[in-house]
Amino acid sequence: MLLRRQLSLAIRRPIEIGNPLVFFAIVVALFPLGIGPASEQLAMIAPGAIWIIALLSSLLTSDSVFRSDFDDGSLEQLLLAPQPLYLSVLAYLCAHWVVTGLLLALVSPVFALMLNLPAEAVGTLMVSLALGTAVLSLVGGIGAALTVGLKRGGMLISLLILPLYIPVLIFGTAAVQAAVSGAPVGPFLALLGAMLSLAIALGPLATAAGLRISIDA
Amino acid sequence: MWTFFHKLGSPPWLYGIAGAIVRWLLPLTILALLVGAAWGLLFTSPDFRQGNSYRIIYIHVPSAVVALAGYYVMAIAGAVSLIWRMKMADVAMKAAAPVGAALTFIALFTGALWGKPTWGTWWEWDARITSMLILLFLYLGVVALYEAFDNKEAAGRACAILSLVGMVNIPIIYKSVDWWYSLHQPASIKFSGESAIDSSMLYPLLLMIGAFYALFTCCLLMNMRAELLQRESRTAWVRRLVKPDGPR
Repeated sequence: MLLRRQLSLAIRRPIEIGNPLVFFAIVVALFPLGIGPASEQLAMIAPGAIWIIALLSSLLTSDSVFRSDFDDGSLEQLLLAPQPLYLSVLAYLCAHWVVTGLLLALVSPVFALMLNLPAEAVGTLMVSLALGTAVLSLVGGIGAALTVGLKRGGMLISLLILPLYIPVLIFGTAAVQAAVSGAPVGPFLALLGAMLSLAIALGPLATAAGLRISIDA
Repeated sequence: MWTFFHKLGSPPWLYGIAGAIVRWLLPLTILALLVGAAWGLLFTSPDFRQGNSYRIIYIHVPSAVVALAGYYVMAIAGAVSLIWRMKMADVAMKAAAPVGAALTFIALFTGALWGKPTWGTWWEWDARITSMLILLFLYLGVVALYEAFDNKEAAGRACAILSLVGMVNIPIIYKSVDWWYSLHQPASIKFSGESAIDSSMLYPLLLMIGAFYALFTCCLLMNMRAELLQRESRTAWVRRLVKPDGPR
């Protein structure tokens, strides 16, 4: 129910979905412009570059997951509602993931092409992005919940959640690089899946606690 | 016995108890640090492979160990304040953050100093160094989050949640040398059985580790006392401390 509301809110203004996509495209274009268009060089940095773009887009959009509902008071109503806050938070973050992370995962073959990523790695790229950005959304929710009430929160959320993003980045790029070099990708994807399980189980608890604290403050 | 715990929840009592502990612990800490440093730096024989440059181990390892332990102190203090609503536990958590951050920085810095002559590089992105860097960022994040809230009670609770979330990093740091083979060697000090390190080097190292734990405790308690004075600056007992003969 809440999930449907969140998704319809997101789709009502298509510009909000379009913005992250254009952001991806522009930043992907920045890499060859900044580093030089030599194709082997681009192919080497491609996994890392696409993953860093995923991280940045998740970071920039996480800040506003709860903000508009906090500002107009509906978040407080959500806290008072009979539904467990865990499930409501999961709905918010799932909607966030669908319009940022999942979208990126589906569109990533285009960026892989722009950065000369070998074709055999693209499947792994999509799967690792799908799994990893889900973790990023869940972790980003924690930071968003803790900072939603702050007036000058701006950069703070980045400082809080980037350290927690780093393991996802490490294993995500390792998976894609393993695919490029022909090594088995199963272990890395399994670790990403494990991180996702941990994040689904515990992340919304921390996010819910953070929301209660921010509302009470 | 429970009255002792209840006293810890009252600012003037906590201030007095912390002061009493620091009064005898600080000289002991300084003595242990001097003895341990002199023993390790001057009175142990050089390593057969690294020569004399290994001696920074007597600062690097203790600061790293206590930085990890300090994060647990901070997280557990946060959990205590969050779950049992123990009043002064968030003071302990807030006081532990900068001390832990400083120790993590010392560990990274001395590690870089050690790495240059032995590995040939100041920095390397292996698992343990990277996760120690993440630990530094986590500590700094706790400090930053606390300062960002105007309502200090909410600040304490938010930092408690952040510390608990970051706790997953500590086992990763600890086990990273076993899970990945890279520059850092696997653990040499074991709690059961023979340690891989020679006992002439082990004992000063253990002394320095103990001294650093005591140093952390002293810094934590002194920081807590300062925080208490700042928080309770309008109360009578603090004014009496500052101006003993002045008007109450």
